[in-house]
Amino acid sequence: MTLTPVITEHWDSPDLYTLEGYRKFGGYGALVSALKQDPDSIIQVVKDSGLRGRGGAGFPTGMKWGFVPQNDGKPHYLVVNADESEPGACKDIPIMMANPHALVEGVIIASYAIRASHAFIYIRGEVPNAVRKVANAVEQARAAGFVGNNILGTDFSLDIVVHAGAGAYICGEETALLDSLEGYRGQPRLKPPFPAVAGLYASPTVINNVETIANIPYIIERGAAWLRQFGTEKSPGFKVFAVSGHVNRPGIFEAPLGITMRELLDYAGGMRDGRKLKFWIPGGSSVPMLVEEHLDLPLTYEDMAGAGTMLGTGTPMVFDETVSVVKAVTRWLEFYKHESCGKCTPCREGTYWITGMLERFEHGHGHEADVEKIAHVCTQIAGRSFCALGDAAATPYPAALKYFRDEFLAATHTSADEQFDPIASYLFAGATR
Amino acid sequence: MTMTSNAGSDLAAVEMVSVTVDGVIIEVPKGTLAIRAAELLGVEIPRFCDHPLLDPVAACRACLIEVEGIPKPQPACAQVVSDGMQIRTQMSSPVAREAQEGVLEFLLLNHPLDCPVCDKGGECPLQNQAMSVGRPESRFDGEKRVFDKPINVSAEILLDRERCVSCARCTRFADQIAGDPMLELLERGAKQQVGTAADQPFDSYFSGNTVQICPVGALTSAAYRFRARPFDLVSVPTTCEHCASGCSLRTDYRRGTVTRRLAWDDPEVNEEWNCDKGRFAFPYLQEGRITSPMIREDGELRPASWPEALDAAARGLAAAGSSTGVLVGGRSTVEDAYAYARFARVALGSDNIDFRVRESSSEEAAFLMSVVAGTSVTTTYESLEQAPIVMTVALEPEDESPIVFLRLRKAARSGRTRIVNVGAVATKGLAKVRGELLAALPGGEARVLQELPADLKSALHQPGAVILVGERIAAVVGGPSAVAALAAETGASLAWVPRRAGERGALDAGALAGLLPGGRQLLDPTARTEVAAAWGIDPDGLPADIGLAGEQLLMAAREGRLAALITGGVELADYPDHELAEAAIVGAGFVVALENHHSAITERADVVFPVAVVTEKSGTFLDWEGRPRPFVQVFRDSLAQSDAMVLGMIATTMERRLGVHDVAGIRRELGVLGPWGGQRSLSPADAAQSAPVTSTPVDGALLRLVAWRALIDSGVMQEGEPFLAATARPVVAAMSARTAASLGHPAAVLVAGPKGSVELPVQVGEVIDGAVIMPLNSPGCSIYRDLGARIGDAVTVRAAESREGGRS
Repeated sequence: MTLTPVITEHWDSPDLYTLEGYRKFGGYGALVSALKQDPDSIIQVVKDSGLRGRGGAGFPTGMKWGFVPQNDGKPHYLVVNADESEPGACKDIPIMMANPHALVEGVIIASYAIRASHAFIYIRGEVPNAVRKVANAVEQARAAGFVGNNILGTDFSLDIVVHAGAGAYICGEETALLDSLEGYRGQPRLKPPFPAVAGLYASPTVINNVETIANIPYIIERGAAWLRQFGTEKSPGFKVFAVSGHVNRPGIFEAPLGITMRELLDYAGGMRDGRKLKFWIPGGSSVPMLVEEHLDLPLTYEDMAGAGTMLGTGTPMVFDETVSVVKAVTRWLEFYKHESCGKCTPCREGTYWITGMLERFEHGHGHEADVEKIAHVCTQIAGRSFCALGDAAATPYPAALKYFRDEFLAATHTSADEQFDPIASYLFAGATR
Repeated sequence: MTMTSNAGSDLAAVEMVSVTVDGVIIEVPKGTLAIRAAELLGVEIPRFCDHPLLDPVAACRACLIEVEGIPKPQPACAQVVSDGMQIRTQMSSPVAREAQEGVLEFLLLNHPLDCPVCDKGGECPLQNQAMSVGRPESRFDGEKRVFDKPINVSAEILLDRERCVSCARCTRFADQIAGDPMLELLERGAKQQVGTAADQPFDSYFSGNTVQICPVGALTSAAYRFRARPFDLVSVPTTCEHCASGCSLRTDYRRGTVTRRLAWDDPEVNEEWNCDKGRFAFPYLQEGRITSPMIREDGELRPASWPEALDAAARGLAAAGSSTGVLVGGRSTVEDAYAYARFARVALGSDNIDFRVRESSSEEAAFLMSVVAGTSVTTTYESLEQAPIVMTVALEPEDESPIVFLRLRKAARSGRTRIVNVGAVATKGLAKVRGELLAALPGGEARVLQELPADLKSALHQPGAVILVGERIAAVVGGPSAVAALAAETGASLAWVPRRAGERGALDAGALAGLLPGGRQLLDPTARTEVAAAWGIDPDGLPADIGLAGEQLLMAAREGRLAALITGGVELADYPDHELAEAAIVGAGFVVALENHHSAITERADVVFPVAVVTEKSGTFLDWEGRPRPFVQVFRDSLAQSDAMVLGMIATTMERRLGVHDVAGIRRELGVLGPWGGQRSLSPADAAQSAPVTSTPVDGALLRLVAWRALIDSGVMQEGEPFLAATARPVVAAMSARTAASLGHPAAVLVAGPKGSVELPVQVGEVIDGAVIMPLNSPGCSIYRDLGARIGDAVTVRAAESREGGRS
């Protein structure tokens, strides 16, 4: 399958991040045409395109927009979730760095469609470069009359606020993001009410991922049928895949959904130094890992679900034979333990407990009984927690156990570093002990 | 636990849905939560964060249940049932049971095993639910998380973070119920902890409730910590004696000593809450008590036997007869106040009686007689919750009737009720009830009420509108009349909210000159006949003329026009003119005091009788609604005598029949008499006085003084509880920015009255120009004693000299 650069098409153009650079390639043309259409017809185009959310859950975008009640007398809000914090995920930040105007143009069109006059872009606070790029893009768009009052002479007005988070993974959970945006401590909200009914400031709110929104100008410009040329019936379109880990040429590859991991590995120059693949994760640490036998599965929402995992953020992490799975899972659990917001018991206490047990395995004194105990505790977290963070935390271990049980058993007497020399797995050159 | 009240709504109009819980079908009102539906069937689903009076949060996950059609277990505390829903709890669902077991195991991971020394041990929901639905053994073999402990979130409330299960009951209580969101969860994950901002302790008037609703021993009070084991305590349901809110309490004691007080559950009154004063201010019950009758001999009080003291009192009072004044404290029970009222009229033949140990006026007396005394319970807490508008006048509910405040906040949060305060300052309390200020200078309230904006007046015409007027209206010339007139004109229901627990009861018992029990007026022939019949005397035996009350009574005593005074629970410093009160005690030739603590009166009294405190007697308070709040004797083997019993003994010694031998008998008698059904001839306007004389400025600005008693202040019943005292509000002089500017933006001011001055820090706020707001009786600021000024007086305010260098 060939690559289909769309959002990434002109990333080699050094001034793409500027308004002029973006307009050179027809930027904001979609906005001009969108504003001549009825907002409902924009929603219809997005519905027809079958675009699914690129943040991980894959919810149909047009349907989400359609949930916003119209003529309800309340303000509507568009919130862009740009709090990309998932271990392994690195696609929204590059989009914001390289092509911020695609995001801004998408925000304006989406706001027009859902009748929002305020949009917020909530960007992970640890990436000030991205915050600056997007903030500048918004200011340039404002200066060009694409943001502000009576955009392009219509009666549509929009203000865009670029907001930097303060470094909490939980704020990528959409309702926690809303709390954070409102100035509260970021913790997930009880649903219902759902954000489409009572989200930001208790008003109807659409929350979309950066990549989802960056798709919008191209769909409006080229049509729903154009998008449907790519991908599958259930997973139409293309995806910005970010391949990282033990490959020779890690990077971003925009390809139709349905491309296989084997193909992506080829684009990424194959396994590092010709080593053997051990396991890979299709989209962030929150989705179960896969192994060699899954390399020829199409990367679609449905095929990944069929293999017991999820497409997630579509940012595959590749691990070769030098990696200790015990160590990798322990690192992930330490991350979830650190990022658990503390609101609900299973996630708060469960991650604390599991991490403690896993750290014993990592150091070679795991308890044999804990191999099953951790798996059981994971079942007590998954589906019992308040939000998806708990489910995510309960994900890495069961899959790792499925494929690498022996490694955990060995870790009852031999530490991860003794099983696998950590130096060999390091990606930077010249690593020595 | 409290069932949320449906009173006031038409039951037939409630839409019912049918749900199946563990195979049993039950009809519940639409909107019911699964956890409550299960409760109705007797199925107790474990819970920590759930509380029926707090918004659901579904954080602890202890209440997970299976709901048919939903793949994941759902939290019963947040799951609204719908028609036909099939719910399976731990009783019938292995999934629910395993999920609940898992959550309990999680909760115990980091919970210290210090139950044997924990205050909550023995009454702990975590203990109980670990026993009922937890695993027999924990599989956790790691290290528990540790924190330094305890830490003070306020002087009174201590936090043990290791025990906390992050249920957020305390933080939600603080935020939702009290409106004091100073408690918040901090940090993340297993390090999540309850805390406060560094410079903002949890000085809420309602902080003690968090200790009570904490489902573990994480929050404890400095007053009770490590004092007792719950299973060693004897618990008695009681009524709070601190104010007219009428809270139902539970008093716990051990070996004759009260160890703690808890808010008890009364959905119609205090729901499950009380204030910190009611919870913690009880050491006075035991400390510094008068233990024996005393007689003054050669200028010194000496202990005396009961017969000797009774004899002395009887002789002195018999000699004075109708030339005796009776001062009844505002803390009397209905039964005691009734005994005073009857003792005055029958044993002494005197109508010189008053219960108002505070600012009072004859206009107020007429107001109370005409629209309050003996009226039935019509304006209630529930009325406040249902009201479209509540107007408060001369009342700061958060300080002066804290449970009224909580209910107003609940009403405001529901979005139904508009709250308007007629006063000089928009307090934080007003902001917490989302209230509006209709600004009035002290003394100007009557005028403001007479010239209400049209929209407000029409709002008060709505059915269910309520006007609440505080006792401070007595300080406003024309105020009581204006309030009564406004209520009459608009049809709004009017309730008088006194501060002290005994005032409404004393009023209804007839402990006020001109007033007989049940709101009967002394000069009304029918009323006289009814009362005389109940008392077994001839109507002509009742005093023929209205006696003295208020300052007239005190002045008469001072001038020797009264031969004797009998006082019961009176603090002279509570009179605005306490010098007059002291002179009255000196001027009255013979003084009998019924007191439980020594005071300025016992220093001068001729005969002192020790009387019972609330834990040593049974009785009744009428709350501001007029609702009887009866309570039983906590210490049943106490030998202390109630005021009524002592008065009965004095009467017997005087060879008069008083017929007040026991509480049951008095209640029966009051029941037979009932409230007055006849005409009320008085109108408060008839009694309106001329304006009081104001002081003359020396230098600086003349500002009108606004003052009320802070909930936590220098009140004598709060003595002995330093932790509570430390949570009092800062003592400041509040004024408007413009007023402060006219004084040169001082950091502190010297406020001077006729008798002296106090220096206070300035707080600029939304205050009407030309007024200064100060606490009436707080440490470092006692208006009556230090300034010699009264509410509404003009006082001189000027910038204080710099306090730098330690000079004052």
